[in-house]
Amino acid sequence: MLEIRDLNVHYGAIHALKGISLTVGDGELVSLIGANGAGKTTTLHTISGLLRATSGSITLDGADLQKVPANTIINLGLAHVPEGRHVFASMTVEENLKMGAYTLRDAKRVAANMEKVYGHFPRLQERRRQLAGTLSGGEQQMLATGRALMTDPKMVLMDEPSMGLSPILVKEIFKIIRELHESGITILLVEQNAKMALSVSDRAYVLETGSISMEGPAAQLAEDDRVRKAYLGA
Amino acid sequence: MITFIQFLITGLRLGSVYALIALGYTMVYGIIKLINFAHGDFIMVGGYSLFFTIPVFMNLGLPGWLAVVPAIVICALVGMLVELLAYRPVRKTGNNLTCLITAIAMSFVLENLAQAIPAIGPDPKVPYTLFASTISIAGVSVSHATILTVAVSAVIMVALYFFTQKAKIGCAMRCVSEDKEAATLMGIDVNKAIIVTFGIGAGLAAVAALMYIAQYPKVFTTMGVTLGIYAFVAAVLGGIGSLPGAVLGGLVIGIVQSGANTYINSSMSDTFVYLILIVVLMLKPAGILGKNVGEKV
Repeated sequence: MLEIRDLNVHYGAIHALKGISLTVGDGELVSLIGANGAGKTTTLHTISGLLRATSGSITLDGADLQKVPANTIINLGLAHVPEGRHVFASMTVEENLKMGAYTLRDAKRVAANMEKVYGHFPRLQERRRQLAGTLSGGEQQMLATGRALMTDPKMVLMDEPSMGLSPILVKEIFKIIRELHESGITILLVEQNAKMALSVSDRAYVLETGSISMEGPAAQLAEDDRVRKAYLGA
Repeated sequence: MITFIQFLITGLRLGSVYALIALGYTMVYGIIKLINFAHGDFIMVGGYSLFFTIPVFMNLGLPGWLAVVPAIVICALVGMLVELLAYRPVRKTGNNLTCLITAIAMSFVLENLAQAIPAIGPDPKVPYTLFASTISIAGVSVSHATILTVAVSAVIMVALYFFTQKAKIGCAMRCVSEDKEAATLMGIDVNKAIIVTFGIGAGLAAVAALMYIAQYPKVFTTMGVTLGIYAFVAAVLGGIGSLPGAVLGGLVIGIVQSGANTYINSSMSDTFVYLILIVVLMLKPAGILGKNVGEKV
């Protein structure tokens, strides 16, 4: 579904991504793990068009993502749950979800998708009239995820969904990620919590200072000595 | 008592004009965090547009105030052009100070361009006076212009509020003002939302121009400068970025000026305007309705 080839990204003089290649197949859950500053978020931002690559290609079902404006990528069925949630704090939960469906014209479809999101996240339904800025971190993460699901995307990019959450909430969020995966959504997951990420993923890539150092089935990487030492604290 | 009511009415009228202008300031600030110093000059553009088109409309047998329609269109176009040609390219550099200086420069550019047009030139012109007739209610005389100014402003403000709360593009504007990155991910065209904001803000300035010249029938190339400053003070006083704040700030400034003119001395009115601003900012640094948003880490 998603194919990245030889991607190079620069921030001024800094060479942030040094020719990475990765693929995510239909319905797969692939995670991208690595230390802070390795280039994980940069990768996701480049896929969604928030950043532009210096060279290389990114295609989604054959469509070249680098040639379209960032705000039209959602129309291709790709949604992005950004790092740090980025919910619209001064809007209510329901307004945030509606904004998630900004590109949809059919009000019935918006309503149906909202029901579906509330099905995944009953907590959001309870708080639908509350301002997003007053939600807890875990609820904001649910809202950001729910908002990304409002267009029925084929694929979702998730950036550090566990960041800043308590262990119980991390488990809850990962349970939801697994549910989404089981419902057939293709997911590219970026996580610092490598252990959790590997436990839910089909495959994984390890990113180290802008290059992919390892890749393979998630279960196999979880057993790898180097991965265990560097990322799993074993 | 009659003096008091008269002062209040004058204040409301003046305040409504300031509020309309302040809304433009505050909307642009809200969405791109830029103090658009050229905003006052949109009033001048509206003023001249009215000066030239009111006689045309009247010759056609149409009511003169209809000239506000082309004025709104012209102002909106000028506002959008300023954003497109001056601010957007500069914004890409990401330097707020450069944007601010560009805004000051745009103000001079508009004033000098206007003066360079032979039909405008450096000398003030007197437009046709609209709504001059007055009615008297219980000994208080009120001009039609006053009633219209207050009523039209009120309607516009309410409409604008619902537009930003309910209309799709209005909601998109709020999203962009809050978080451009997230707005982009939702599929919102950020530049489109910004240019629409400029268009609406400048269009409101055209309405303000109509109301203003009905009271002070004189147009000149720098007419927007002082009006712009009062409206800017109003926007800051009310809490810049807040629509209800801009309206409240405008009304406060109008009433303070009118009060100073009536009861003290007209040359003192500016002193009181700034005095109120200083006192309010000392007590509420973000303005009366402004939200003091601390960075949440």
